[in-house]
Amino acid sequence: METDAIPNDHTRPLWTSLLFMLQCLSDVSIAEDIPVEGDITVPLSSHGVDDEVSTLDEPVKDTILRDLRAVGQKFVHVMYPKESSALLRDWDLWGPLLLCVSLALMLQGSAADNQNDSGPQFAEVFVIIWFGSIIITLNSKLLGGTISFFQSLCVLGYCILPLTVAMLVCRLVLLGSAGSVSFIIRLVVVTASFCWSTFASTAFLADSQPPNRKALVVYPVFLFYFVIGWMILTFSPSH
Amino acid sequence: ISAVTSTDKMSASEGTKNTNTEPWGGFDDNIIIQGSGSAVIDMENMDDTSGSSFEDMGEMHQRMKEEEEVAEEDGGEEEDGGEDGEFLGMKGLKGQLGRQVADEVWQAGKRQASKAFNLYANIDILRPYFDVEPVQVRNRLIESMVPLRMINFPQKIAGELYGPMMLVFTLVAILLHGMKTSGTVIREGTLMGTAIGTCFGYWLGTSSFIYFLAYLCSAQITMLQMLSLLGYGLFGHCVVLFVTYNVHFHSLFYILWLVIGGLSTLRMVAVLISRTVGQTPRLLLCGTLAALHMLFLLYLHFAYHRIVEGILDTLEGANVPPIQRVARDLPNVASAVMNATVKSVAVLVHSQ
Repeated sequence: METDAIPNDHTRPLWTSLLFMLQCLSDVSIAEDIPVEGDITVPLSSHGVDDEVSTLDEPVKDTILRDLRAVGQKFVHVMYPKESSALLRDWDLWGPLLLCVSLALMLQGSAADNQNDSGPQFAEVFVIIWFGSIIITLNSKLLGGTISFFQSLCVLGYCILPLTVAMLVCRLVLLGSAGSVSFIIRLVVVTASFCWSTFASTAFLADSQPPNRKALVVYPVFLFYFVIGWMILTFSPSH
Repeated sequence: ISAVTSTDKMSASEGTKNTNTEPWGGFDDNIIIQGSGSAVIDMENMDDTSGSSFEDMGEMHQRMKEEEEVAEEDGGEEEDGGEDGEFLGMKGLKGQLGRQVADEVWQAGKRQASKAFNLYANIDILRPYFDVEPVQVRNRLIESMVPLRMINFPQKIAGELYGPMMLVFTLVAILLHGMKTSGTVIREGTLMGTAIGTCFGYWLGTSSFIYFLAYLCSAQITMLQMLSLLGYGLFGHCVVLFVTYNVHFHSLFYILWLVIGGLSTLRMVAVLISRTVGQTPRLLLCGTLAALHMLFLLYLHFAYHRIVEGILDTLEGANVPPIQRVARDLPNVASAVMNATVKSVAVLVHSQ
C-alpha cells in the first residue's frame, strides 16, 4: 500500500495540473463558456458609421441650413439662459461673426459721417468686439478659469445678441422721431439689453470660474457690454 | 545687504563650477554671463518688503532656469569650438567668439519666439500677478486714496496687475465717452486707438520712466511694483474724469482735481519717499511723479472738455461744423515769441 501510494502522490498532481492547463487552453480557445467583459468592436461593420458621418453627397443647402439651425438654437439659448452647457459644448464662431457684422453695419452711417470719418465705424466696432472678448478671455484664464479660449469667445460673441436686437429697435425708433421720448425709449431698451447680455454671459461663464473670483471676471464683461451699449445709445443716424 | 552678498557668492560659486566643467577656455564669457545674471537677480531680490514674495520667487526661478539653459548651451557650444581654437590660434578664437555670439543671439531669439508663440506658457508665467481676491482689490482701491505718513519704514506695495489693468481699461472707456461727447474728431486714427494709446502709453511710459529715475536714485522698487503703484494711482483719475465728463463745472473739476487727484498722488509720493534715502533723490523722484500724474489728469480733462463748451457756444447758430482737433501751429507761435524777444532785446541793447 505504501509503495503504491508514494508514486501516486507524485504523479497525481502532475497529471491534474496538466489537465488544468488543458482546460485553461480550451477555455481560451472556446470563448462561449466565459463571457468576455468590455467593449471590443471589430472594424467590420464600419459602413453603418460612415453613412452617418459622410456629408459629401448631401446638397449644399442642407449643410448651410443645418449650420444655420445650430446657430439659431444657440440664439435661443442666449435669449433663455438656462441650459448653460449647450453654448459651451459645441462652440462655433459663425454666430458671433454674424452678430458682430450686423451690429457694425447698423452702427455705420452716423451723423458725423458725412463731415468727417467720425462715429463708430465698421472697423472700430469690429475691433472693439473681438479684441474686447479676447481680453476678457485672457483675463478669465489668468484668474484661473477652466474654460477654453474659443468657448469663451463663442459665449461672449453670442451674448451680443440682445444688444444687436436693441440696436435694431433703436434704428426703428429713430425712424419715427428724435425727441426726448425716443431717447427715453432707447435708454430703457439699451439698458435692458445690456443687463440681459451681462446676465446671460455670466450665467454661461460663471461655472468655469473659481467661486470666490466671480466678481473679478464679471467686471470686464460688464465694461465690455457697457461700452457697446453706450455706443448704441449715442448713435444718431445721418439725416 | 546680506541677501545681495549671498546671491553674489552663490553666483560666483556657480561660475567657478561652470568653468571647472569646461576645461577649454571661455572663462571670461562665462564669468560675464554669470555676473550679469547675478546683477539682475540682485535687483529683483532687493525688495524684501514687497507684498508677497511669491511672485519674486517665481521670477527668480524662471530667470535661474533660463540662465541654466544658457549656460548649458554655452557649454555645448564651447566644447566643440574650443579645440578648434587651440589649433587655429587667434583667428580661430575670433571665429569662435563670433559664432558663439551669433549662436547666443539665435538662441535668445528662438526662446523669445517660442515664448510668444506658446500662449499658454505665457499665461502661466503671468498667472501669479493675477492672483487676487475681490476683497483685496477693493481694499487696494481704497488704499490708493489714503496716503500714509510713514516714511522711516518702506511701505508695502503689492505686485499685482489685475487692478491696474482693469483700471486702465476703465480709463479707456471713460476717455472714449469723453471724446464722443465732446465731438472730438481725430484725423488719421480712431478714437479707440487714441484712447488706448493714451492710457497704456501713460501707464507703461511713466512707470518705466519713474523706474529708471528710481534706479538712478537707488530707490527700492521693482518694475512690477511701479506698474502696480501707478496703476492703482489711476483710480483717482477714473473717478474724477467720470464725474467731470458728465457734470460740466470748472470749479467742481478743480476741487476734484486737487482733492482726489491730490490724494492718489500723495499716496504714491508717500510710498516712494518711504523707499528712497536722501533729500535730493526724494525730491527729484516724487516731484517728477507728482507733476506727471497731476498734469496728465489736467490734460485728459481739458483735451476733451473745452471742445464741448466751444460747441455749446457755437451751436446757437444753425449747422456749424464741429471744431476739429488739428495740430496747432506751435512752431509758428514759438518762432513768433522768439522773434519778439529777440527784437526787444535788440532794442534794449541799442538803447543802452
